[in-house]
Amino acid sequence: MLSKRLIACLDVRDGKLAKSVRFVDTKDIGDPVEKAREYYLDGLDELVFYDITASSDRRSIILEVVEAVAEQVFIPLSVGGGVRSVQDATDLRLAGAEKINVNSAAVRRPALIAECAEAIGDQNVVLSMDIRRVGESAGFPSGYEIVIDGGRRPMGIDALEWTRKGERLGAGELVVNSIDADGTRDGYELRLTRMISDAVRIPVIASGGAGVPEHLYDVLTDGRADGALVASMVHYGDYTVSGLKRDLHDRGVKMRMSW
Amino acid sequence: MTVIVDYDAGNLRSVQRACAEVGVRARITNDAERVRAAERIIFPGVGAAGSAMRSLRGRDLDAALTEAVAGGTPVLGICLGLQISLERSEENDQATLGIIPGEVRRFALSDPALKVPHMGWNEVRVVREHPLLEGIAPGDEFYFVHAYYPVPRHDGVVCAVADYEGDFCCALGSANYFATQFHPEKSGRVGLRLLERFARWDGHA
Repeated sequence: MLSKRLIACLDVRDGKLAKSVRFVDTKDIGDPVEKAREYYLDGLDELVFYDITASSDRRSIILEVVEAVAEQVFIPLSVGGGVRSVQDATDLRLAGAEKINVNSAAVRRPALIAECAEAIGDQNVVLSMDIRRVGESAGFPSGYEIVIDGGRRPMGIDALEWTRKGERLGAGELVVNSIDADGTRDGYELRLTRMISDAVRIPVIASGGAGVPEHLYDVLTDGRADGALVASMVHYGDYTVSGLKRDLHDRGVKMRMSW
Repeated sequence: MTVIVDYDAGNLRSVQRACAEVGVRARITNDAERVRAAERIIFPGVGAAGSAMRSLRGRDLDAALTEAVAGGTPVLGICLGLQISLERSEENDQATLGIIPGEVRRFALSDPALKVPHMGWNEVRVVREHPLLEGIAPGDEFYFVHAYYPVPRHDGVVCAVADYEGDFCCALGSANYFATQFHPEKSGRVGLRLLERFARWDGHA
């Protein structure tokens, strides 16, 4: 049987590690390459880099970061943030990314998902979705809405409808990021994660809100997620990657325990 | 010289980087003559069997690989490299290299909670001793990404299995040919150790 995955997300801005709280107020917290190596050696199952560099003329910096990480981290590496074209995806793959995350640009132009799937394989295309709770209504049967541009722009699209479309277009995996939970440390949004997991046949990674080990346990069991994404829990040294994995293992979740 | 066979089937630099990490300089090549002359060959790849075979044939790499295996060169197949070393693949109903008797099938799973492709970390259980699998302990996991799996005709070549609604062959070996369905280059230290052992392997099982 497959193990559940513990995934660490590093938000990178201008080549430096940043962590957002509710998508605003980002601050720098260190060197991404060093952190990546540290987590890898401590048993991390997968690494995600999210490029939040604002100005487009500095975007090549992320390629250098990815290249440096790929030289010393030998687990799957997923990269996203500002991927707008097959060329962006291919450049990141050449730099050493295994999987490519698409987000805002795919909402604006859904064909991007199919184009990337064709170019780099379905399994390597991750559809990352920022989602906020809006309450059930005729326009939002699921009660959740897709938001883009780093959480700033609501799109009027129902989250479940977009999920299904993304799978149909060839996404190989989904990241469900709850904007309401992001940075709160109050726990993942279980209801949303479970609803999406039940609606698709591709793996679902839960993101946003983890504060204590129990939250990871909840989303990997009740939330039916295949992987749990963490950021501030490990970035600030409150928990270690191996400690979190040990905790989940002790609670009966199948985790990779030797590395 | 160790060569990594390039036939437009995925990103080979991750394999090259992992080789570098264990001190092996490997050259990526699509030149059949270099493959024939190589000391060791790594035959990786992801993608579809049909286009992979077309690409191999277009560059005479199919013949070069088959000759190298017959000539005793140590060869390590990875993922699609393993799959197209069998005789036939269900994917594109494609005839493949036939280095190992058997075929490749798509996962047909009854449990709707199990997803295809089989993607993530899974335990690799050694069922037959092989120099390249030395040191793998119970509980060691490797990274997999695949929708098809090998079904060798002879059980004797199966070196390791993994469980995904039943055991499937995830590593096979026959004389100087060895191949894994999982990705040693993405499997952390246990994967790097396998690449390191390949770099020293004399081709004798």
